Amino acid sequence: MGMRKVAVVGAGMTKFMRRAQETGRELAYQASKMALDSCEMTLDDIDCVALGSAPDAFDGLHMKGEYLSDGAGAWHKPYMRSYVGGGTGVFAAIQGWYHVASGLFDTCLVVCEEKMSSCKPHPQSAFLTIFDHTTERPLKPNLVWIFALEMNRYMTVHGLEKKDIAQVAVKNKRNALDHPCAQVAADITVEDVLNSEVLAWPVQRLDISPTSDGAVAMVLAAEHVAKRITDKPVWIRGVGWSLDTAYWTNRDLYYPKYVEYAARMAYDMAGIKEPRKEIHIVEPYDPFDYKELHHLEGLLLADKGEAPRLTADGVTARDGNMPVCPSGGLLGVGNPIAAAGLMKVSELFWQLRGEAGKRQVPGRPRTGLAQSWGDLMQVGCVVILGV
Amino acid sequence: MSANVETFPGTPLSQADFDEGKILTTHWIPKLDYGWDAGVAISRYLAELKNGRIVGIRCQRCRRIVVPPRVVCEWCWEPMDEWTYLEDSGTVNTFSICYIRWDASRAKEPQIPAVIEIDGASKGAGILHLLEEVNPEDVRIGMKVEAVRKPAEERTGSITDIKYFKPI
Amino acid sequence: MRKVAIVGVGHSGFRSMTPDMSYKELMYEAAAKAYEDAGVDPRRDVESFVSVAEDFNEGTSIFDEYVPDQIGGVLKPVHTISAEGIHGLIAAYMQVLTGAMDIVMVEAHSKASNILTLSDVVAYAMDPIYNRPLRANPLFIAGMEMNRYLYETGTIEEQCAKVVVKNRGNGFLNPSAAYGASLTMDLVMTSEMISYPLKRLEISSHADGAIVMVLASGDAAEELTDLPIWIRGVGWCNETPSLETRDWEGAIYARKSAELAYRMAGIRNPRLEIDFAEVDDTFAYKELQHMEALLLCRDGEAGFLVEEGATELDGELPINPSGGSLGVGHLLDASGLGRVLEVVMQLRGEAGQRQLEDVETGLAFGWRGIPTTSGAAVVLSI
Repeated sequence: MGMRKVAVVGAGMTKFMRRAQETGRELAYQASKMALDSCEMTLDDIDCVALGSAPDAFDGLHMKGEYLSDGAGAWHKPYMRSYVGGGTGVFAAIQGWYHVASGLFDTCLVVCEEKMSSCKPHPQSAFLTIFDHTTERPLKPNLVWIFALEMNRYMTVHGLEKKDIAQVAVKNKRNALDHPCAQVAADITVEDVLNSEVLAWPVQRLDISPTSDGAVAMVLAAEHVAKRITDKPVWIRGVGWSLDTAYWTNRDLYYPKYVEYAARMAYDMAGIKEPRKEIHIVEPYDPFDYKELHHLEGLLLADKGEAPRLTADGVTARDGNMPVCPSGGLLGVGNPIAAAGLMKVSELFWQLRGEAGKRQVPGRPRTGLAQSWGDLMQVGCVVILGV
Repeated sequence: MSANVETFPGTPLSQADFDEGKILTTHWIPKLDYGWDAGVAISRYLAELKNGRIVGIRCQRCRRIVVPPRVVCEWCWEPMDEWTYLEDSGTVNTFSICYIRWDASRAKEPQIPAVIEIDGASKGAGILHLLEEVNPEDVRIGMKVEAVRKPAEERTGSITDIKYFKPI
Repeated sequence: MRKVAIVGVGHSGFRSMTPDMSYKELMYEAAAKAYEDAGVDPRRDVESFVSVAEDFNEGTSIFDEYVPDQIGGVLKPVHTISAEGIHGLIAAYMQVLTGAMDIVMVEAHSKASNILTLSDVVAYAMDPIYNRPLRANPLFIAGMEMNRYLYETGTIEEQCAKVVVKNRGNGFLNPSAAYGASLTMDLVMTSEMISYPLKRLEISSHADGAIVMVLASGDAAEELTDLPIWIRGVGWCNETPSLETRDWEGAIYARKSAELAYRMAGIRNPRLEIDFAEVDDTFAYKELQHMEALLLCRDGEAGFLVEEGATELDGELPINPSGGSLGVGHLLDASGLGRVLEVVMQLRGEAGQRQLEDVETGLAFGWRGIPTTSGAAVVLSI
């Protein structure tokens, strides 16, 4: 392709917590410092900083990218914040990628931070403002509506039952028991999910990920630098992103077309022709359990309506043929929106280097895919990493 | 993280920490007032809602009729200006039965938000609204519904000029 | 490294209010014009779309959602950069440089008239623990910086006032400007003191409008237009958001942005090699401070240059021929793209009554405004 090769050479993260004592800036610092330490680099080695963070409404700050810049190591450096709603976490890695692949910089620090707990009465209330101010907000919608509407459509079109979907929550929360930073890891059963409080049918309490505070950071480097820094650089083989129309009520929500478009862009760039064979680990965005299934289908890793069967057959378990969310995902580790997406990319980084400890997927995986999603059921961002 | 790392940064707080006064906090209630210009397409939409009608718009090239109206067809990149009146009825494309409010507090009576494909518009072209006068257990995707409006003198040119949709 | 050029620009004109159009319609107008100018079909040719926006300027969280339809980006790579218009341009530039895409667009807009509590929104950007509780109008930050700048450089208030006269006057010659006016020094000097020593007429008023630009790689650029405007260098930098630890004198963010941009452009003597510049003048003193930080003149010299008329349209180094934010209207984060717009028009020979003669290289610099220390620069040449 002739494009500059870019690798991930270091990563770090904070615990994901319901409420952290640290300010957003401090969380960003902790993750950044850890990422730099992990590859024995200092801020002097960093040429530029790319930050990703989702709604400013959570932090109660306008232009929160500016507020966070000190904590993200951006003092006297070129610094930019990208923002695609929930897709931001994986997109930040893409943003870092184009900083280095452009040839302008050799190293980039990518930081994602989210502090949702500052928003009162509940972080969820900030989501009222994502809806169209004139045609939707007067109806006082809340975030769970939109997930429920999509989940219902997905289930009805494919004739699925709640139990088909609940197994994802069980799998991911259990996987997260092995993640030291996890906020809501638990050993639950499908029954527990089906008996949990109905929030907005068909969404129940154990179907969803929590609101969280947390930060994740990673260091990207151009090929010649990456090889100096580490013996095990993890290459960014492909990136893709796509944003669907804002008129979400004019779309059929049963299938995330935008995820497919993003995936195809990434597969093309990575030269991947048979994703189901060539992708060894998948970290799709799972803020709600059905989303993992929805996204697996959009990523062309499962036929439409078939993802629940793959789960039931154990294919997506950590020791299955195609492990999905070995990290524990958002459902198990937590959902500080932008940080959650980058957590998935970091998970692939550690997995592909054999450093994921108890979460390690067996069999020496070589290629992984991370995907994030956001906006009004609208954006798909995909990053493919390989060793 | 690297299997080598033992401790991760971050200091989780609990409700007890707050109740016992161990945490210092500041509060700020921002003054955020906006007056959004509705513009050409939505102004007409709102004006027609006040008149008791739902209006959509048609793309001459792909011949889709969509609602809410917009000045450009996002697929063809063609300007849209063929206003088309739509019916007051529609079909439920998807729905939910919601027991929590926008601020995450619990509601006793559920709300039933739905995407309703409006008759007269292209297949799939729907709007967000609420369903009422129906038992939650009876709502189905594919159900036919019609708009129930506020009396003319109470309408203000808002999506809430339609109070809700009910089964036909 | 690939060569990248701006091959199309479009804008909606800038007015203090735009009650007849929603932000979507403003964006559509600018985009339609830019694509027409570039000769591209967004559905077919444009491979990536960059939008510049901040939630609280729009009154909508995740504003990203509402962008793709009216710029032709549905089901295509679209993302938002929450920074200055020029940062957005640079993000588009970097994407073309990777080689993964050949044609990328960037848009930025302002609907400042729809923000009814704009001053509160700006205050909302201040540190919630150290600064906001003081409940001071954020303009004090500009007042304090202006005070320090005058003290350090020996620049006098009259020289700042001259910037206003010049830029509002240039605005008169700019058909898309909102605040063209024929002012006198006296009017400016006696205007209400807002935050000493910053006076009311030295603060740019806000305007609404949208700007879209289309970038293309070398080969694609040459196919699309006879006069591509080449991006020779870019630079951007953040200092610190902290009021307590920042440098109050020298606009370091501008200095470092310029260093990076000049190095990339191979410019060793900016004063000689830059023919004209559009630099942020949100507050009149900022134009002078930025001129010095961008190495267009020595520290303390900017005041003399404007006094002598050296930065007028017919001067040796025209600054803000468009009228800047003072003359055109402050477009929130789209202001920087407004600066780039003028540089492009001048280099193309399309600047009408404001046309400068024999210009080949221009500099555009944007600043995100108070309370930030964030800026971005781009050097353009024909």
